[in-house]
Amino acid sequence: MNASAEKKVQISSIAETWMEVRAQGLYCKPADCYIDPVEPVGRAIITHGHADHARSGHGEVFATPETIAIMRTRYYTNDDTHETALAYDARTDLGGGVTLWFASAGHILGSAQAVLEYNGQRVVAAGDFKRHPDPTCAPFEVVPCDVFITEATFALPVFQHPPLESEVDKLMRSMRALPGRTHIVGVYALGKCQRVMKTLRLAGYAHPFYLHGALKRLTELYESYGQDFGAWELVSEIPRADKGRFRGKLVLCPPAQINDRWSRRFADPLPTVASGWMQIRARARQKRAEMALVVSDHADWGDLIRTCKETGAPHVWITHGRVEALEYALRREGINAKGLNLIGRDEGVE
Amino acid sequence: MEAFSRLLDDLYFTNSNLAKETILSNYLRATPDPDRGWTLAAIAGTLRFDLFKRNVIKSLMQERMDPFLFDLSRDYVGEMSETVALAWPQSDSPVRLNRLPDLADVIDEFQSRDKAGIRDYLIMLLDNMTPAQRWALLKLGTRGLRIGMSARTVKRTLANMKSVPLDDIEKLWHGLEPPYENLFAWIDGRAPKPDMSGVLTYSPVMLAHPIEDKDFDRISPDTHQAEWKFDGIRVQISAGQSGVKVFSRKGDDISHSFPDLVDAADFNAVIDGELLVKPGGEIGRFNDLQQRLNKKKPSKKLMEQLPAHIMAYDILSLNGEDLRKLPLSERRIHLASLTADQNPDRFSMSEKLNFKTTDDLTALREEAAQTGGLIEGLMIKDKSSLYVPGRPKHGWYKWKRDPFLLDAVLMYAQRGTGKRSSYYSDYTFGLWNEEDKLLPIGKAYFGFTDEELKEIDKWIRNHKLARFGPVQEVEKELVFEVAFDSAHESARHKSGYALRFPRIHRIRWDKPAAEADRLTAIAALIGA
Ligand SMILES: [Zn+2]
Repeated sequence: MNASAEKKVQISSIAETWMEVRAQGLYCKPADCYIDPVEPVGRAIITHGHADHARSGHGEVFATPETIAIMRTRYYTNDDTHETALAYDARTDLGGGVTLWFASAGHILGSAQAVLEYNGQRVVAAGDFKRHPDPTCAPFEVVPCDVFITEATFALPVFQHPPLESEVDKLMRSMRALPGRTHIVGVYALGKCQRVMKTLRLAGYAHPFYLHGALKRLTELYESYGQDFGAWELVSEIPRADKGRFRGKLVLCPPAQINDRWSRRFADPLPTVASGWMQIRARARQKRAEMALVVSDHADWGDLIRTCKETGAPHVWITHGRVEALEYALRREGINAKGLNLIGRDEGVE
Repeated sequence: MEAFSRLLDDLYFTNSNLAKETILSNYLRATPDPDRGWTLAAIAGTLRFDLFKRNVIKSLMQERMDPFLFDLSRDYVGEMSETVALAWPQSDSPVRLNRLPDLADVIDEFQSRDKAGIRDYLIMLLDNMTPAQRWALLKLGTRGLRIGMSARTVKRTLANMKSVPLDDIEKLWHGLEPPYENLFAWIDGRAPKPDMSGVLTYSPVMLAHPIEDKDFDRISPDTHQAEWKFDGIRVQISAGQSGVKVFSRKGDDISHSFPDLVDAADFNAVIDGELLVKPGGEIGRFNDLQQRLNKKKPSKKLMEQLPAHIMAYDILSLNGEDLRKLPLSERRIHLASLTADQNPDRFSMSEKLNFKTTDDLTALREEAAQTGGLIEGLMIKDKSSLYVPGRPKHGWYKWKRDPFLLDAVLMYAQRGTGKRSSYYSDYTFGLWNEEDKLLPIGKAYFGFTDEELKEIDKWIRNHKLARFGPVQEVEKELVFEVAFDSAHESARHKSGYALRFPRIHRIRWDKPAAEADRLTAIAALIGA
């Protein structure tokens, strides 16, 4: 090991004096505050509204205004929760000499990287993030730092996400080729649903979307932040007898519903899943999807490595996912990478 | 090549067989010769050559990608071709194509090039393809295409395109060669039906029913004969002026794997029998046979070590005369005189076993059980039965010996498909080795009731450990009594064994995992 590498190890050990991994999650000691804890805690910084990062029952929550709105919509907070909404770049003193600010993560509406500064050091916990363009949220911002804490959901060379436009194009082509069938696209309610709708509009799909009720509240929330998805209707408000209405059209629902009893109300349904996992054939078959759209709201292999390098961080901590592969690849780039083995992250949610 | 890849994707992701047939027939109508014929061959599994070897792909990846990352990727994806298709690292200065060549051109190129040329061509194609196209090419080139469409479904599609009975296609099929231009000329109505006289074809075989208690009343030594049911594979040897062919039970031509049989067949007849191997003159295990089945071109050494042998039990035609309308007793007389003239190392006749009563049959079956899996049980056949394709009632019975049983520990679970997609219904279980470590020995996804499935599913949800993609590891606490037909040694499995037809026999909720069986128990069961 050369001299500079040794120096880096030293810096890491200083960061480790004030950041540590606990059963509840990543913990900042001087501020007595957790990042995306999996259990109820006194003080929590929440990077974004997905259920495996935002949970209910915390005493005090620091998050972007959008994330706080999402948490309220999902009942993760209540009247007793002490909420601090911080817009991107706004700084706050967490006490104990720690300053917190948020930088956009490009993952979903309101998603943020938590930037913690203490004693002249900067640690960035990126939460979930992506670098591909997304018309429904602010783009990822590179924040130079001493320690970059990253996810590794799609950290294998087999994950090279195609541009969303090509996947949407595939869907539109199929709808033209099979006008008698109802395309039912399984999407997560938060983020994926709205990104897919918006991209379809940009690609020229003009008909109203038909939505499952579970997608309603979050779509309305996106609209309250200025997003425009054009016309959409709830499937539940259309008479059962009107099966033909959906023929050749698009229905969006949570992924579990595409092959459920619910989907029988449509004329000749064609179950489709939109998810980053659809890259893997066996996974797509497992969901019994007849069409697999590779749509991911996470960084793919190339973007993970590129991002870690761009932050200039000599140390990268990896929270969850395919930790081993990313750790190995970053070390080959001369970056001190290590897995944190955080528990409680759900593979299914993106 | 684009259309071929799109077709494969459409077929792969379509669930209903009917819809698959529609997709395939639309493609076959819209695509010109000879591309459609090559596609047909790729899907039906009738391509006779690899375009390139798996080793070429492996070595390309070794040069282009870190081996550790490649291994992690392959483990995650589950197989090599798809891993390469997804992770293919582009060349530094790739040769760009405006469009991909037609399928027939791709096949021609690969066949006309030497080793180095094949490599370069493969790189150029992969550099210009999407992951789905790469997958199609790699599967085509190594003949590993599995898109859930059987050769039979393919033939049915052709029959429907021409509005003829499936049997018409079945009779033609084995006399035709890719890219099937004469077949399509006939389907299009541009030419008469291809002439199959003098071509060796496969005849559908007669199958047995599992015996039931009530069947024993009709069985007597006067009306029935008993034979061993050997643990090989069912084949049909068709020999005549135009050559010799060995067909599998599904009608696949496997002659190329058994040149020793083809050379030895000195008759003009169609024979039905069990294909076995006889290392050192003794009947070998199914595992030994498998080594021969997997070899498209067996080496001389392998053929000497594991010589192929036919245990003949029926004859369908002799010197051009159809014998299927004769009773079994008469067919056996013809078969006996034919096998008497053959090399006994290659061809023998399945012996009739002596019995008087049902008790004798029970004792014979018991004897079969003591062979460690070499003999699967008994065949009991009506001596007056004609040779009727399919499964005619009361013609032939099979009486398998009881399965082997072992207590194994559940290690991993995976969700099922279809109705079971919300349940953990695929189970991997293991036995203890000498160091008290569990090693997986098999996978089962049936043998339990719906009620039991729910209980196991609940248990798994409460005993989760790590997760590897779709695979859920569980705490090593639940014991299954696993039934299986036979076991054989396998270098591919960490435990050193592979089981045939494993299924869950009983769930031993009460049994502590530490008391489950050890690996040595398999060796004892199969006498290896
Ligand atoms: Zn997320």
